[in-house]
Amino acid sequence: MDKQDLLLEVKDLKTYFFLEEGTVRAVDGASFHLMRGETLGIVGESGCGKSVTAQSILRIVPDPGKITEGEIIYHRRREDNGRFSLTENVVLTDLAPHGPEIRAIRGAEIAMVFQEPMTSLSPVHTMGQQIEESFIIHQGMNKAEAREQSLDILARVGMPKPEQTIDSYPHQLSGGMRQRGVIAMALSCNPSLLIADEPTTALDVTTQAQILDLMRHLQDEMGMAIMFITHDLGVIAEMADRVVVMYLGKVVESADVDSIFHNPKHPYLKALLNSIPKVGIKSDRRLTPIEGSLPDPYSTHEGCPFRLRCAEFDPVRCHDEDPKWIAVGPEHHVRCHQYD
Amino acid sequence: MDVSQDELLLQVKDLKKHFPIERGILKRTVGHVKAVDGVSFYIKDGETLGLVGESGCGKTTTGRCILRAIEPTSGEILFKDKETGWVNIPDLDKNALKALRRNMQMIFQDPYSSLSPRMTLLQIVGEPLMIVGIKGSELEERVAHLLQLVGLAPEYMRRYPHAFSGGQRQRIGVARALALNPRLIVADEPVSGLDVSIQAQVLNLLVDLQKTFGLTYLFVAHNLAVIRHISDRVAVMYVGKMAETAETNELFTNPLHPYTEALMSAVPKPDPRLKMDRILLEGDVADPANPPSGCYFHPRCRYAQQRCSIEEPLLREVRSAHFVSCHFAEVLTLRGVVSPGMPA
Repeated sequence: MDKQDLLLEVKDLKTYFFLEEGTVRAVDGASFHLMRGETLGIVGESGCGKSVTAQSILRIVPDPGKITEGEIIYHRRREDNGRFSLTENVVLTDLAPHGPEIRAIRGAEIAMVFQEPMTSLSPVHTMGQQIEESFIIHQGMNKAEAREQSLDILARVGMPKPEQTIDSYPHQLSGGMRQRGVIAMALSCNPSLLIADEPTTALDVTTQAQILDLMRHLQDEMGMAIMFITHDLGVIAEMADRVVVMYLGKVVESADVDSIFHNPKHPYLKALLNSIPKVGIKSDRRLTPIEGSLPDPYSTHEGCPFRLRCAEFDPVRCHDEDPKWIAVGPEHHVRCHQYD
Repeated sequence: MDVSQDELLLQVKDLKKHFPIERGILKRTVGHVKAVDGVSFYIKDGETLGLVGESGCGKTTTGRCILRAIEPTSGEILFKDKETGWVNIPDLDKNALKALRRNMQMIFQDPYSSLSPRMTLLQIVGEPLMIVGIKGSELEERVAHLLQLVGLAPEYMRRYPHAFSGGQRQRIGVARALALNPRLIVADEPVSGLDVSIQAQVLNLLVDLQKTFGLTYLFVAHNLAVIRHISDRVAVMYVGKMAETAETNELFTNPLHPYTEALMSAVPKPDPRLKMDRILLEGDVADPANPPSGCYFHPRCRYAQQRCSIEEPLLREVRSAHFVSCHFAEVLTLRGVVSPGMPA
């Protein structure tokens, strides 16, 4: 890996939620990195910590959650006489969550798109007012300039009739158009990283195809990196260059997308790939499910987080010993005792 | 239709459900949302019919009309009763409907909102049994048996739903639906609220129960991979109309409606080696309150010709047991789903 192209490093991140019922270890020692311009897929089921990881990067972990350990390093590139030359390392985990440094980064250099466009948009402001705000706050434009830029970005995200939709309220638009609006907002400041948390999960499949296509085009055009969080393995296969698989707050496997689907190593990933019905295959009528269900989030335990549901469980090692992060190929790592 | 009447359990003919749009304090009707607008299909005894389409296409409304959970506006819904033979569900009076409903049950999408938090499993699963007069120890025995059938321990009978995970709750919903030994189950998005690893458990349960009890399913879903997996035949809806129905493999490998083709092309496939050029539909799904003229799909259809914007296509049998509503079904060569080369 070329250090020059490193964009973001997450090192042993732990984000815990301290509740009356107990401590939820939402992210429990996650490490991964992101390169400039690449798409990193983060895949896992509900409760695996993928969204909290994104919130930790943006420093918007809701109360009573706290980053208790670990570092998130953002390699910021400064433009110098039109050439990218200076790189400075910003340790995001050291910044105050409401301070000016993180607010200059959040929404500008690191932008985000969430799952449900209706809840991330204000219902009482027009699309235009919401997009203009970012130009005014982050780039110091006046209203007229901001409106012109907003029209431009709306056209770039393929919003039909931008001159009309700019003055529409979110409820007047369809789900796909709203998500285009949210993407326009996120991309308004030319971010170097776009965090997309289940951006197409609430959309119909034909609309999802439009939005995924749009995101790919905008990435080619603007060159930002995308951290694509989803539970949908089909979307991951389509969008990601590299993939990080999470289970119960831990990264259990990471590799290039081809290895993830054609050479999976971790028993969880193998089981997950086997359990989904595939549109292209008519198999016999039984699937191979993963037995059991996700454990209670308050439980704490030693050993492998997947051991209770694992088909390849070793009663001695898996129960007591935390599995190590093992290299099984170039850029392919897995957290499982089998490969030790 | 080369299917004999003896094989069928349900026939739906020209079913319509129009919801009035009311305005002002006088509730004047200013228009109608044509949620279901002339849909016809049949279900064979013991098979699974998958009903697929995007949000607002009327698939859920169709399912609910069949159970008369909502009153259809017009059309026939013929159900083959074991004793009395074919009955038209919209014609039934209250008592006859109550008697017939023992044969038909529903499984809902959201296992969190469809179970009352104040009722124990005994009450939830036992309620249909109590209504037909079963009580006391017989009730408990029957509920224990039902819980076992769906893979839950009978000891859980006195617990409340909050103690269970999403997958387990969906099992509770299935146990309740099975209580009266129904013949037809309308399952409305039964796995879409569940995690991927749990979906397979519930799908397997539904398949096992179908084999054991000879159940017939109307399986409503938006996920094409799930539909392909579970269904014997598939019906595709678009804006309140039936676009296409066919046997599952026939539909997926040999679609005849351009909407079916686009829908299958839009599904992201879990294999990065399958990079295919995707058919991207322009615009959004039509508004069922104000649908376009002619074929409802024509503004988004890449094969549309002038005739499509004028004349509405009717559902017709183009190949054996393969029905489609497209003027050009015979002349178009459409692409089916690509089979991935990956190990299953």
